[in-house]
Amino acid sequence: MTAMDVPEAPAAVSLKLTVNGRDRSATIAPHRTLLDVLRADLGLIGTKECCLVGECGACTVLLDGRSVDSCLVLALEADGAEVVTVEGLARDGRLDPLQQAFLDHAAAQCGFCIPGQLVAARALLGSNPAPTRAEVEDGLAGNLCRCAGYEQIIEAVLDAAEREGPAGSAATRSRPAAAAPGHGATGTGLSDPASVPDARVAPQ
Amino acid sequence: MRPFSLKQPTSIADAVALLAKDPEARLLAGGTDLIIRLRDGTIRTRMVVDLKRVAELDGSIRAEGAGLAIGAKAAMTEIAAHPVVRDRYTALAEGALVVGSVQIRNRATLAGNICNASPAADTSPALLVFGAVVIATGAAGERRIPIDELFVRSGVTTLRPGEIVTGIEMPALPARAGSTHLRRTRRRGHDLASVTMACVVLESGETRLAFGSVGPRPLLRVDTSGTLADPAASEAARTTVLDGMLADASPSPGSMRASPEYRLAMLEVLALRAAAIARERLAAASPR
Repeated sequence: MTAMDVPEAPAAVSLKLTVNGRDRSATIAPHRTLLDVLRADLGLIGTKECCLVGECGACTVLLDGRSVDSCLVLALEADGAEVVTVEGLARDGRLDPLQQAFLDHAAAQCGFCIPGQLVAARALLGSNPAPTRAEVEDGLAGNLCRCAGYEQIIEAVLDAAEREGPAGSAATRSRPAAAAPGHGATGTGLSDPASVPDARVAPQ
Repeated sequence: MRPFSLKQPTSIADAVALLAKDPEARLLAGGTDLIIRLRDGTIRTRMVVDLKRVAELDGSIRAEGAGLAIGAKAAMTEIAAHPVVRDRYTALAEGALVVGSVQIRNRATLAGNICNASPAADTSPALLVFGAVVIATGAAGERRIPIDELFVRSGVTTLRPGEIVTGIEMPALPARAGSTHLRRTRRRGHDLASVTMACVVLESGETRLAFGSVGPRPLLRVDTSGTLADPAASEAARTTVLDGMLADASPSPGSMRASPEYRLAMLEVLALRAAAIARERLAAASPR
């Protein structure tokens, strides 16, 4: 056995971050992920643990306004940051319009992927309040649904965007300014279908 | 995940010193690859050095001379959305736009993608056709490494132990150029590519192709005959030129994503399509 096999446990360190508008802190081992700390230390189990390789999106949270797979972020990378989980979408006892639209469209089947879908959709509408269907598909490409409920999910997101409208989205849903860079799913230049690589060559 | 200590240096000098102290320490940029491999045990380390708090490193994309300087912290989301990248270095914007999912693109950095040196990386072909230069700093000072001299094989580059990539330079392009990035995937959306292809056609008649996922590292090949750039050239003439340019592709027979035969067949299809798109974009960029 070498020293590499039995690493000396590094000292636990202090973590401070804002989650869903509340200041939170924890003392954690440095190798732990944001996903793990949200669920195990802060009791926020809405964010789901699933593939742990950044494929499925069940662990999606907003980190300083941008959607990330929290299984691929060390908790200490989020020290001092602002995190929004699915528990932070509803406000003042009222569901987020996306949550209401998911209910209205029966978009949740088994429900496991839905927290990630909702947070990813929230990020999408934050940077693109009126997405096309293709932009919703692209924006949610990182969120898998093993029930294959994609149709209802896409319809719910499109419906929520319509209900919110551009003004509603901007006024009631503004998140930290870092949300601005957006998804790359909108804009000029790449909107020409011939220039979208996957659309052009990917198998259907 | 096996325990490790996490260092968050605030200067390049401190980061370089940490790497000198523990040569097995691993650098953390976006983490979209490193954390997966720390968790599955294919990478074991006592120390992870997070570069996000290094003050000299940033995620800016700014004009430098007639080219572009991309900071080491720039994530795919920024690169894909940047107006100058989209307009001038279109193949790079298109490559960055198909890396993983939105969530991955919000974290994954161009610098990390380069250091990871995956033969299937979506940004590598574009960096090759534009002749990007990687800036690295180590204990011996700063080096400028042409991207074509950087890739060795998956996970292996010519970066020296202890060197940190601090930025990427995109050289100036001729006044008129057209480029594109194409790839073949098993499904639409979030997937690793079975073949990647970038092409730039310059007004001089030079065409540069770079392609990946068909061998241990992405390859750059240049056509100076003018055939690929010529809208009037026959497909037979183009295919003859391409046969030479694509001859060194050697896809692995062991990959589960696609067979070698399929990859080689698609390689030529993508090369013809990419050259056609790049030619059209060059023509559209011309003064009437």
